[in-house]
Amino acid sequence: MSKRKYGLALSLVLAAGTLLGACGTDKDKKDSTSSKGGNESDFSVAMVTDVGGVDDKSFNQSAWEGIQKFGKDNGLAEGDGYAYLQSKGEADYTTNLNALVRRDFNLVFGVGFMMEDAIGTIASQQTDKQFAIIDGVVDEPNVASILFKEQEGAFLAGVAAALMTKSDKIGFVGGVDIPVINRFEAGFVEGVAAVNPKIKVDVKYTGAFDKAELGKAEAARMYSSGVDIIFHAAGGTGNGVFSEAKERKQADKNANVWVIGVDSDQYDEGQVGDVNVTLTSMLKRVDVAVQDISALAKDGKFPGGETKVYGLHDDGIALADSRGAIPEDVLKKIDEYAKKIADGEIVVSESLK
Amino acid sequence: MSNRVVSLLVPVISIILGLLVGAIVMLFSGYDPVNGYIALWNGIFGDSYAIGETIRQISPYILAGLAVAFAFRTGLFNIGVEGQLMVGWFAAVYVGAAFELPMIIHLPITLLAAALAGAIWGLVPGILKATLRVHEVIVTIMMNYVALHVVNALIKTVSGGSYKTEKIQPTASLRSDFLSNLTDYSTLHYGIFVALAMVIVMWFILEKTKTGFELKSVGFNENASQYAGMNVKKNIVLSMVISGAFAGLAGAMEGLGTFGSMTSQGGFTGIGFDGIAVALLGANTPLGVIFGASLFGSLKYGANNMPNAANIPLEIVSIVVALIIFFVASGYIIRVGLQRLNKKKEAK
Repeated sequence: MSKRKYGLALSLVLAAGTLLGACGTDKDKKDSTSSKGGNESDFSVAMVTDVGGVDDKSFNQSAWEGIQKFGKDNGLAEGDGYAYLQSKGEADYTTNLNALVRRDFNLVFGVGFMMEDAIGTIASQQTDKQFAIIDGVVDEPNVASILFKEQEGAFLAGVAAALMTKSDKIGFVGGVDIPVINRFEAGFVEGVAAVNPKIKVDVKYTGAFDKAELGKAEAARMYSSGVDIIFHAAGGTGNGVFSEAKERKQADKNANVWVIGVDSDQYDEGQVGDVNVTLTSMLKRVDVAVQDISALAKDGKFPGGETKVYGLHDDGIALADSRGAIPEDVLKKIDEYAKKIADGEIVVSESLK
Repeated sequence: MSNRVVSLLVPVISIILGLLVGAIVMLFSGYDPVNGYIALWNGIFGDSYAIGETIRQISPYILAGLAVAFAFRTGLFNIGVEGQLMVGWFAAVYVGAAFELPMIIHLPITLLAAALAGAIWGLVPGILKATLRVHEVIVTIMMNYVALHVVNALIKTVSGGSYKTEKIQPTASLRSDFLSNLTDYSTLHYGIFVALAMVIVMWFILEKTKTGFELKSVGFNENASQYAGMNVKKNIVLSMVISGAFAGLAGAMEGLGTFGSMTSQGGFTGIGFDGIAVALLGANTPLGVIFGASLFGSLKYGANNMPNAANIPLEIVSIVVALIIFFVASGYIIRVGLQRLNKKKEAK
């Protein structure tokens, strides 16, 4: 009796599968014909996120925005023309990358250095597919590696923090202690020192990119110790820094607490009532790089096997609009430094000596 | 209905209930449950690649489940499988990378190292329980954190400051081109055979040896076992050690098969904790663990296909999978319900 019921359920699922499978193809066909009406749409691009997720208000989100923009500009449909898959852990990288490759995307981005191995392996197996890795280097002819000069933007953030601090104590909350984040730290510390070498920078790594509670705890400690500006380079963990700052601002409107956001403009993150705790954000224009590489690939000029480095000079790195949090005269000074870096007059080091 | 039928029926009904409630959740959040479950199905059995990946995912679950089940048979609740798995993973990767030996020696040694590391991690709570009566749940939970941070520190030391260890030598790898090609480049590796062999080992120890009899006896009633002249303390320690060894091997699956290295872990892998559910699902029997692990592994892997093929966000997918597991785990309710039904029938 029960077995029969189970069998019935199974066969129902199978039957439904066949029926709906048929619907699916129909819709697909419609989609492709309708998009052909617009621009050429045979190019498709997709990305796999790191553990932070596509709504991390930071790195992955920025990449996804870039892909969305590229998709819309080129009349691609979400799903077939551009798509993303989210990774919950290391084990998902290969799975997700392979899933996208199997869906025949022309170009697949891996967002984050953690995916180096996975992309390397899959790229060597699927030699006729194109891949790109952000923040990592993979030495395969069909992989484009994208790096950023985070240190340049972090330097400017450091300059801004040093000029704006009142307590002469500044904090840095990092994610995992890895080369990419070390570049943020090095640039930031150097930027602060360029303005005032006496300022103490409290540097702390939380060891994770997806643990907001750790970021919050660290921020609480720093603010309590007198730090008034914290720069975070910790993805989702950094959201905890924002919530701590906002709580303090809410409890006391005159509290002098600021956060410098990272990767994308985190102004919205810092909004609490009618005040905002975001001083500025260091923009790592992953979206610019993603669009750039996608466009190259679309035109058949995919930079496979090459490493592209984006910095202040090519707008891959910038500081976000502070919306009045930073006064004009300070902004001018920051711009001076920016110009010097872009012209190569100041070379920011990638790691702390 | 005999007891046997009830035992078979309970998991089936629970899975169906879980699927139903999961469907309701998807429906209410505006996603098509039929599409979702088709995606899940295809994610598990869709093609040879999916099947390969599913089997790959099942292997560590079998071992983690065995670890929990084994300790449970001696009346011990080993929550520390997670930590034992991590030290096992690290030990396997370290031995796999640091030595150069022919495969026939290297691979067994790496597996042994993983089992040994896990066993040591199980030994500590075992001894504390046997001599000082410290509850093993507390100790094993704490040992998980010790494992997490010790392993992360070791990775950093061994790799000279990097966030991940070197790749293991090919002679220590469980990966196989044969299996990989068979399943269209999946990461399927020989670990599944190790896992299945361990299922037989556990069955053999428990059912065919005097030690196994003693272990089970201690699990049923410590005092009676003591009175019968068994060394309860020794059996408690032994049970935790063997349990830890299984868990260590589960780590080896990840280290030698799936990843070939170990990256600094931001948190727990979850496999060890899922192992508890796997064991309970399998009624703490070796054969049952295979089924429990298959369900867990399939759901875990197959669920990845739901965002991919059906556009259901990962968060909803996690809820659906959790619901299925929840219903399976609460099989007791269904069992009681079935028994009541049974009694009524008998009364008639």
